[in-house]
Amino acid sequence: MAASLPGALAADTTRPGQHTWMHSIVRWLFITVSLAFLAAVLLAPLATVFVMALAKGLPAYLHSFADPDTAAAIRLTLITAALVVPINTIFGLAASWAIAKFEFRGKSILITLIDLPLAISPVISGMIFVLLFGLHGWFGVWLQEHDISIVFALPGIVLATMFVTFPYVARELIPLMEQLGNDEEEAAITLGAGGWMTFFRVTLPKVRWGLVYGMVLCNARAMGEFGAVSVVSGHIRGLTNTMPLHIEILYNEYNFVGAFAVASLLTLLACLTLIVKTLVERTGYRRR
Amino acid sequence: MSFRKPSVLPGFGLTFGFTTFFLSAIVLLPLAALVLAAASMHWSDFLRVVSSPRALGSYRLSFGASLLAASINLVFGFIIAWTLTRYEFPGRKVIDALIDMPFALPTAVSGIALTTVFAQNGWIGRFLEPLGIKVAYTWLGVTLALTLISMPFAVRAVQPALLEVQRDLEDAAETLGAGRFYVFRRIILPTVLPALLTGFTLSFARAVGEYGSVIFIAGNLPMKTEITPLLIVIHLEEFDYKGAAALGVVMLTISFVVLLAINLLQAWGRRSRVRAAH
Repeated sequence: MAASLPGALAADTTRPGQHTWMHSIVRWLFITVSLAFLAAVLLAPLATVFVMALAKGLPAYLHSFADPDTAAAIRLTLITAALVVPINTIFGLAASWAIAKFEFRGKSILITLIDLPLAISPVISGMIFVLLFGLHGWFGVWLQEHDISIVFALPGIVLATMFVTFPYVARELIPLMEQLGNDEEEAAITLGAGGWMTFFRVTLPKVRWGLVYGMVLCNARAMGEFGAVSVVSGHIRGLTNTMPLHIEILYNEYNFVGAFAVASLLTLLACLTLIVKTLVERTGYRRR
Repeated sequence: MSFRKPSVLPGFGLTFGFTTFFLSAIVLLPLAALVLAAASMHWSDFLRVVSSPRALGSYRLSFGASLLAASINLVFGFIIAWTLTRYEFPGRKVIDALIDMPFALPTAVSGIALTTVFAQNGWIGRFLEPLGIKVAYTWLGVTLALTLISMPFAVRAVQPALLEVQRDLEDAAETLGAGRFYVFRRIILPTVLPALLTGFTLSFARAVGEYGSVIFIAGNLPMKTEITPLLIVIHLEEFDYKGAAALGVVMLTISFVVLLAINLLQAWGRRSRVRAAH
């Protein structure tokens, strides 16, 4: 029978009405439409990245990373992620401890406010830091007098990236901690363990996969953020260009091999992120 | 502290204090700066900026294309979610994992890749060209980019709801003589409708603010293929901070309304599920 594919869901093949011609047609139609849609909007662009990057052969692909501006962009992206991910992880742990372990008034408002950056356009996320620290911004004159540059420099890029990735770790940890409950922590405290010991020996091992997942998502967004960083960076080649911004510059200069070579690194990072996600889910940790 | 229930666990003061402090410093105060900048404008200046023909054109494209993209995702999101939850076929798990790709893939990469595929000489664009369909550098391209980046929201919202549909109810209905379409309309659709609407709203909210993937494929002609976030960037580059802030406030207001709608929809979904359980 056509419906008894290897690995088919047992419950499905034994259900009545699963072998009629009507069911087969609907099934075939749904799978075809799904795959065609995904192939056109998702798989074709993904394949294009690598085809375009390797269009002039492997040596040209590798050579594009020798460009000092490209190397600088990769370095800046790594520095930014190395600063943003740990800070947002500490925030996520603190926020989830306060929110999931205690009952207090205004909790849902706090959760909504933490999620706020997800609902805001990346361009606005970058703009608010320009309004504060830009030349014509609130603190612009003061910063210039004291020779501090935030916008068009690393601090602005880090701030904007921190804003857009702000909720990622907290969002994974809060529902997980709420679901796992407080019983073990309360037992540890009652038996005489200190707060930090309870956190490191009881809570952290329980939520480690959710934490890993949140950090990986945070890292992917931090390295790939375009809109917010584009507004605050100033696009100074070799200095304030992150990888996504460098892709834009190379692409607009018709240096397609260079642009797609940098893009291929970020695509590999995205694939790695999805692999980690799949592995984490396989450990039994489920979102929500 | 009287506003919380007593607990034996320590660390509330430390973690709550750090959370609210950090939240205020990184998110709330900068957002307040935006509102202040827009509020410091004279209302006639504000109106002039947010209702200029170029701004109105950008709203039409941003909100029109986002609505269209969210509608496309409503249909295809449901079909994909249905396929992934109801059918077993080779490669199902890989496809399921790939759904989240637009979340993980930087928007600039999605933008240049989509533009290349749908350009006149691209893999798909070359087949559309003889039909007279131009995707890249038109509003169609904008819609396509917005569809791609918001697609996971629609699929992931519907998937758990479809798993929740009680299959024995479907079987019972079919045994009692109901046709497949009747079963779909009376049993499946009511269960997944709140999830479909949530997916639609999430897709729309994400699409309205999107910048990175769109600017590559849009062509960025004023009044025609210029989205609102790009217009904000143009104001900023001309050091017209207040004009940019005004447009930002308009977009934020709409985002807030949408978020509120999501919360109301989810509350409604919870209520109807509770009713169904009784």
